[in-house]
Amino acid sequence: MSDGPAAQSPWQTVTIRRIEKRTPRVTSFFLQPSRPFAYRAGQHVDVRLTAPDGYQARRSYSIASAPEAGETIELAIERLDDGEVSPFFHDIAAVGDEVELRGPLGGHFVWSDSDGGPLLLVGGGSGVVPLMAMIRHRAARRSAVPVALVFSARVWDEVIFRDELIDFHDRRDGFDLVLALTREPARRPADYSRRVDAAMMEQSMVRLPAPPRFAFVCGSNAFVSAAAQALIDAGVPASLIRTERYGV
Amino acid sequence: MVTRGFSSGRKPPTDTDARIPPGQYLEQGFPVLSAGPTPRVRTEDWSFTLKHGPRPIKKWNWTEFNALPLTKMTRDIHCVTAWTKFDTAWQGVLVDDILADAGIEPPTGFTLALSFDGYTTNVPTKDLTAGKAMVALLYEGKPITPDHGGPARLLIPHLYFWKSAKWLNGLQFTERDEPGFWELRGYHIYGDPWREQRYTGDP
Repeated sequence: MSDGPAAQSPWQTVTIRRIEKRTPRVTSFFLQPSRPFAYRAGQHVDVRLTAPDGYQARRSYSIASAPEAGETIELAIERLDDGEVSPFFHDIAAVGDEVELRGPLGGHFVWSDSDGGPLLLVGGGSGVVPLMAMIRHRAARRSAVPVALVFSARVWDEVIFRDELIDFHDRRDGFDLVLALTREPARRPADYSRRVDAAMMEQSMVRLPAPPRFAFVCGSNAFVSAAAQALIDAGVPASLIRTERYGV
Repeated sequence: MVTRGFSSGRKPPTDTDARIPPGQYLEQGFPVLSAGPTPRVRTEDWSFTLKHGPRPIKKWNWTEFNALPLTKMTRDIHCVTAWTKFDTAWQGVLVDDILADAGIEPPTGFTLALSFDGYTTNVPTKDLTAGKAMVALLYEGKPITPDHGGPARLLIPHLYFWKSAKWLNGLQFTERDEPGFWELRGYHIYGDPWREQRYTGDP
């Protein structure tokens, strides 16, 4: 993997070009940078809001779009009721508004098709966002790298990017989607209605033609801890597992 | 640039404001961040090695290390992901006391912190001595949990918290300032929160 230092990336103004509701709690914001913005799948950005009295709030958000996506970058933001920045996006932000953005950031939780595979991706809730960038990047590059995504959500209607993921799966070109719903019965034949565990990881790896070369796990700290342990229990070496945690 | 419709409702009160570095917000919880799975290091298997380059100077097992003088430090900590947590209470062995037990003065101006999972982070040696840093063994009076870097983690509270390496198993003196794990991946070589040195290229 190319883990070189990121170039200096100062703050820039970006314009909200489109807003699309993904699930009851997650909405995508398509931002148009004012300067060229090259990034890798899996990277994140810092977003900064400024109040009239100069007070600023900043948060990090993963990029959902593929580097090949074109003029805008997509952030899929979950509304946290006790949050400070996500309620602004959900309740106030409108098309045409400007915010400040810095990035791309992060040089570890990244994947390019030239890095190879197979890839095992494990996402919990909005932890799917940087994994989605990798999956879209793979599709945009028409890559043959085998990828399995194990995506845990509470219910069917909270499966972010659900239609697009199922569409990728149905292409039968080496991408496999496995859903694990924790509060509803499974709807697709090979899906699960329980939390991720080692048996699920073993069964998901069987869908890959060879053991994973990399595993990426993203979600809440509790989810990532459980999923990373499940991967280790299923025989994935800890050194192959890259994690990204929201912190809480 | 003022953001339309954004208000400073969460602005901290003035009395705490001075303790929050630029771009940070006050966090009551204790978020967990790491680049890989959480290693479970048993104290029976734990050791700490002081090195000068590749050469070991002295090695301690868990019992020996816990016999060194314990010091309390209660400090505000600042994570590069923008949260600041006040008054975190640690207990551990000052780097000064580790050097004293090894009977050495710092041989070089730079140090790499080494962890069980292969993580490294670099810090100028002067930021570790004179009571500024410790190898922490207890958080709020209890053993540090694996999520937070236990059995032992580095504590350098005046730098962004990625410098306070979790699952610490050694300190290595180096001739040059050698970038560690995150420093090779876009993060600042020094990481002073008060100068907002988050990423490569920040002043």
